[in-house]
Amino acid sequence: MPDYQNIFTQVQVRGPVEMGMATDFDTASERAGKGGFSTLAGWVGNAQLGPIYLGWFGIISLITGTLWFNIVGFNMLAQVGWSIPEFIRQLFWLALEPPSPEYGLKMPPLNDGGWYIISSFFLLISVMCWWARSYHLAMQHKMGKHVAWAFASAIWLFLVLGLFRPILMGSWSEAVPYGIFPHLDWTTAFSIRYGNLYYNPFHALSIVFLYGSVLLFAMHGATILAVTRYGGDRELEQIYDRGTASERAALFWRWTMGFNATMEGIHRWAWWFAVLTPITGGIGILLTGTVVDNWFIWAQEHHFAPMYDGSYGYADYGSYEAFIGKGN
Amino acid sequence: MLPKNWIPEWFDDWTAKNPINIFGPAIWIGGAGGAIFVAAMLVSWGNPLETESLQTGPRGTGMSVTKPVDVLATPDPSVADYFGDPPYEIAEDEPLAKDIYENVQVLGDLSEGNFTRIMASITQWVAPEEGCAYCHAGANEGNYADDDLYTKVVARSMIQMTQSINDDWYPHVNANAEVGVNCYTCHRGEHVPSDVWFRIAPVNEGVAGWSANQNRATAQSQSTSLPSDALEKYLLEYESIKVHSLEAHVSENPSDVGVATWQNTERTFSLMNYFSNSLGRNCVFCHNSRAFYDGGQVTPQWATASLGIQMVQEINNDWLVPLTDVFPAERLGPVYDDVAKVACRTCHKGYQQPLQGQNMIRDYPELAASGPPVYE
Repeated sequence: MPDYQNIFTQVQVRGPVEMGMATDFDTASERAGKGGFSTLAGWVGNAQLGPIYLGWFGIISLITGTLWFNIVGFNMLAQVGWSIPEFIRQLFWLALEPPSPEYGLKMPPLNDGGWYIISSFFLLISVMCWWARSYHLAMQHKMGKHVAWAFASAIWLFLVLGLFRPILMGSWSEAVPYGIFPHLDWTTAFSIRYGNLYYNPFHALSIVFLYGSVLLFAMHGATILAVTRYGGDRELEQIYDRGTASERAALFWRWTMGFNATMEGIHRWAWWFAVLTPITGGIGILLTGTVVDNWFIWAQEHHFAPMYDGSYGYADYGSYEAFIGKGN
Repeated sequence: MLPKNWIPEWFDDWTAKNPINIFGPAIWIGGAGGAIFVAAMLVSWGNPLETESLQTGPRGTGMSVTKPVDVLATPDPSVADYFGDPPYEIAEDEPLAKDIYENVQVLGDLSEGNFTRIMASITQWVAPEEGCAYCHAGANEGNYADDDLYTKVVARSMIQMTQSINDDWYPHVNANAEVGVNCYTCHRGEHVPSDVWFRIAPVNEGVAGWSANQNRATAQSQSTSLPSDALEKYLLEYESIKVHSLEAHVSENPSDVGVATWQNTERTFSLMNYFSNSLGRNCVFCHNSRAFYDGGQVTPQWATASLGIQMVQEINNDWLVPLTDVFPAERLGPVYDDVAKVACRTCHKGYQQPLQGQNMIRDYPELAASGPPVYE
């Protein structure tokens, strides 16, 4: 038992490759690879790698995703005059930018956002196929579709940023650049342009769910690890046959904060917090520039942006000379 | 080598009968001891990362400028290197420069002694090694009148520009106290001031529009991926830095002419980042960052800075661009053969006040305004 009290799994059991169950569908013939073992993977999870089931959705997703990735990369390379050293040096600065605003929703020239539109089309197919794959595989395993719907909530935010909001704004130029620093520049500029996104209540909700997800994840992970010695790590069994691990975990939280989730319910808490993060965030983005153009003024109109009493300017709080160590 | 049984037998017996886990206490003692050691070092030697703050806005707004104390304690080296020479007493019947020298177009109303004093100071500020001959080709032969060196033509215009800055932009250059500018404010002993800039956009190959002017680490973008054309658009071409809608709801389309987009916002941000680096200050030295645009929530420094933008626009367009044809090719820009232009950093060099507020005009009333000097 102490062997498992480590973030790395210290015991790696090796047997024949686990090929998985047979399903009603003929998935076995479509599994790619024979499967193998990796000690490195075994330290942080299951040592077995593969076989993998791709299917048509997976193959299309990988091909279109690779096309998107290469279009972005070659556009970056073209921008530095096909110089590999410069490409590496400026990699985090470079981007494939959306079109300039004047093209609206028309197809722009290739060198001013045209490639962006084409690559985005491939990315859209890629992401949607990967979603279909997550649904399809869950169906074949007769599972619930929780993973697919959670993924769909992230896709909602992705579609708002790159499809729904640009259409509502009437210009593809509103989409987010594909680049390491440039997409962060977009985020900052987007917030500033629309009068500070922190005054957007949906942005606030999204932050609540994001940080809430982190908190719940830490609480749940800690709780299960803490009762693992009583069998608490066998969570599914504890759900339908509550044992002393569940009792102790429940009592711990009830005596700590007066309330406890249940062994099953905690997973719904976590799922909804995670899923609501991009759902609320996407609503906030969709409203920005379409319905509300200045969130700070909107917040003033709705009386939740307080005015501060007091002066602005360092002269009222001390002198510049004192600050730089020259007299008072 | 120690003998095999160098530990006395009683010790082995005692430890065998009294097994104690020494690792647990050792970790505690080591951890606590380490913490005490670090605390003792911090108390006796001080915090190596200590900072000092200057509040710039009402409590609750988070408005403060924070700097490491060692940075604050290190003065701008240019302050010590500065050469200043106060005005000379004007002797009775002392002739004026225009009466005894040829081709004195700007400083002709100075007395002979003060004219020579100014010329010597300018030499110290701009060409300390070359001396008079840097501008006056015939200096060694006693010929100071000829305009055959471009440096002299430029210098004359720059003297007029300095007078204009001190006079017409008095509220900017004397915002906190009498400071003013003279040649040294920018030149610092160099022929060409540091931190001048040239036009370089587009910076990316094979693309057009917004894609072409950003996403490269350049001096103009201050090594960010923000647009590299902010200085030329705002400080040369008079484009507006404003991007906000001043109502909660407006009806406008990003593709309409004149509507500020997030791309324009990035360009403004690029200028503001340049501003911040040039002055060694942060956003909240001038703005309440929750509403950057709101004139009701800015500091008095915001007004000084806004004046600075207009001043730089005028310097570039009225004083520097007209000199383009005067300069030889090697002084012009690498891409467009444009004249070197100024912006905040050319004077400020990373400090809130150039030369940390050193009074540059006290000793040089001749540079405070055009026309005959007024001595106090």
